[in-house]
Amino acid sequence: MFVSTGGELIDICSLEDTPIWEYTIREEMEKSELTRVDVIEKMRKNLHVMLSSSMLAQEKEIKSVSGLIGGDAYKLRKYADRGNTLTGSFMVRAMASALSSSEVNAAMGRIVASPTAGSCGILPAVIISAAEMLNKNEDDMINALFTASGVGIIIAKNATLAGAEGGCQAECGSAAAMGSAAVVEMMGGTPAQALNAAAMVLKNILGLVCDPVAGLVEVPCAKRNYAGTVSALTTADVAMAGVESKIPFDEVVWAMSKVGRQLPPELRETAQGGIAVTPTGLKLKKEIFGQ
Amino acid sequence: MRDYGVFDILGPIMIGPSSSHTAGAARLAKVAGIIAGGNITKVSFLLHGSFAKTYRGHGTDKALVAGVLNMDPWDENLKDSFKIAEEKGIEIIFAETDLGDVHPNTVKFIITKMDGSITEVIGSSIGGGNITVINIDSQVVEFTGERPTILTSHKDLPGVISKISSILYEENINIANMRVFRSQKGKMQTMALETDSLISEDLMDKIKNIKEIENVKFINPLMEGGN
Ligand code: SF4
Repeated sequence: MFVSTGGELIDICSLEDTPIWEYTIREEMEKSELTRVDVIEKMRKNLHVMLSSSMLAQEKEIKSVSGLIGGDAYKLRKYADRGNTLTGSFMVRAMASALSSSEVNAAMGRIVASPTAGSCGILPAVIISAAEMLNKNEDDMINALFTASGVGIIIAKNATLAGAEGGCQAECGSAAAMGSAAVVEMMGGTPAQALNAAAMVLKNILGLVCDPVAGLVEVPCAKRNYAGTVSALTTADVAMAGVESKIPFDEVVWAMSKVGRQLPPELRETAQGGIAVTPTGLKLKKEIFGQ
Repeated sequence: MRDYGVFDILGPIMIGPSSSHTAGAARLAKVAGIIAGGNITKVSFLLHGSFAKTYRGHGTDKALVAGVLNMDPWDENLKDSFKIAEEKGIEIIFAETDLGDVHPNTVKFIITKMDGSITEVIGSSIGGGNITVINIDSQVVEFTGERPTILTSHKDLPGVISKISSILYEENINIANMRVFRSQKGKMQTMALETDSLISEDLMDKIKNIKEIENVKFINPLMEGGN
């Protein structure tokens, strides 16, 4: 059975001298009784859907079913291509890529819940942009997805990945933490460095509420996907520089779980609080659903 | 502490925007369509709770229609399901309703077939794309469709269940879970039997041949995948 804590994960990886992704693949083979090839091919399918969802809305403007969002990934991509950005075309394209999957999702396109549909833009954007920048290939990206899911398993076991239970910190926060850890391993960092990155990302997003306008996975969700992507990518650099999280990963996950339970129901996907009940949020809701 | 697999964390591959309001709705409707058994000419969808209030924004309506058309939750044609239903001459009706004390994402399907017969199915999308079917033709049931499921309606006589289980034993198929639901009349039983491995055509035929069984449906789980 997959280990239950980040501490155990670091120990077993160092004992067996493997990265998190390798340990995760082995455990999945054992759990699912599938061959290594089957497990990897299943993940390749996820990657292929991610590659397409993260590109689609950059290439053409896509509108959501409700009409609330759309066209922003396209705008950002055009802006990056013009070349006058502040944070560089790498970062702006990564943000465009995150918005793309979110827009595709809201437009009834095909995505991978990673870990949820609301946060489906972060992991693809983080892993695909990092792989492009670092000249990595498809197999490296698949490995990164295993690192990410290994970290996700630990969070799911000790906290939650659902906005309805833990707020947006649990969805977009977890996605960004998983992505950051994955990039650290992709860059040659150790499992301990990967979990440092995950811990720092989670700390920086701790307490983020879930407050979707009209209950739809669009506003503020899509933009939280680009924000999570930036956090994941920049924090990978922080961890690779050797900076450590003062509070260990497991304790941050514990705090995240506790904060999630302390959030009132209004701020947990019920669309009764936060951005959802701003005057504009309520007006948009009325425009979509009437009354 | 629950044991999670890698693909519980990354996946499913689905059509957005919502695992409960879109992907789960499509999955539920697909199972309802299988229960009705094809040749569908008309479907009324009675939406309860959150489904009733928010179905337009989440595309729940399109997903439900796609499901009864036998499309998978990851099929990219899902958003064109209304047009496809129209081309197939299937009449579609949506209405809001109150089904009482059930999960907020619940829908009642009233499915009319070519031969005029009507099948009613009630089920809920309970989150993360998972579903439960709770009622078939006014008979209380409960199954999730995650495992291969054999759904029988048979005379409440001794020995019927053992006939089914001995067929499964011969075929070396494990029973994962079995539930029997008695109808009010006491003459008929409905059984939902979940197995560990897929149900082959051959096995279906053997079970269909048990004479006390009036009606049997086989629901193999949707194999996730897309492409
Ligand atoms: S605000 Fe809520 S629905 Fe939107 S992405 Fe965050 S957790 Fe998901």
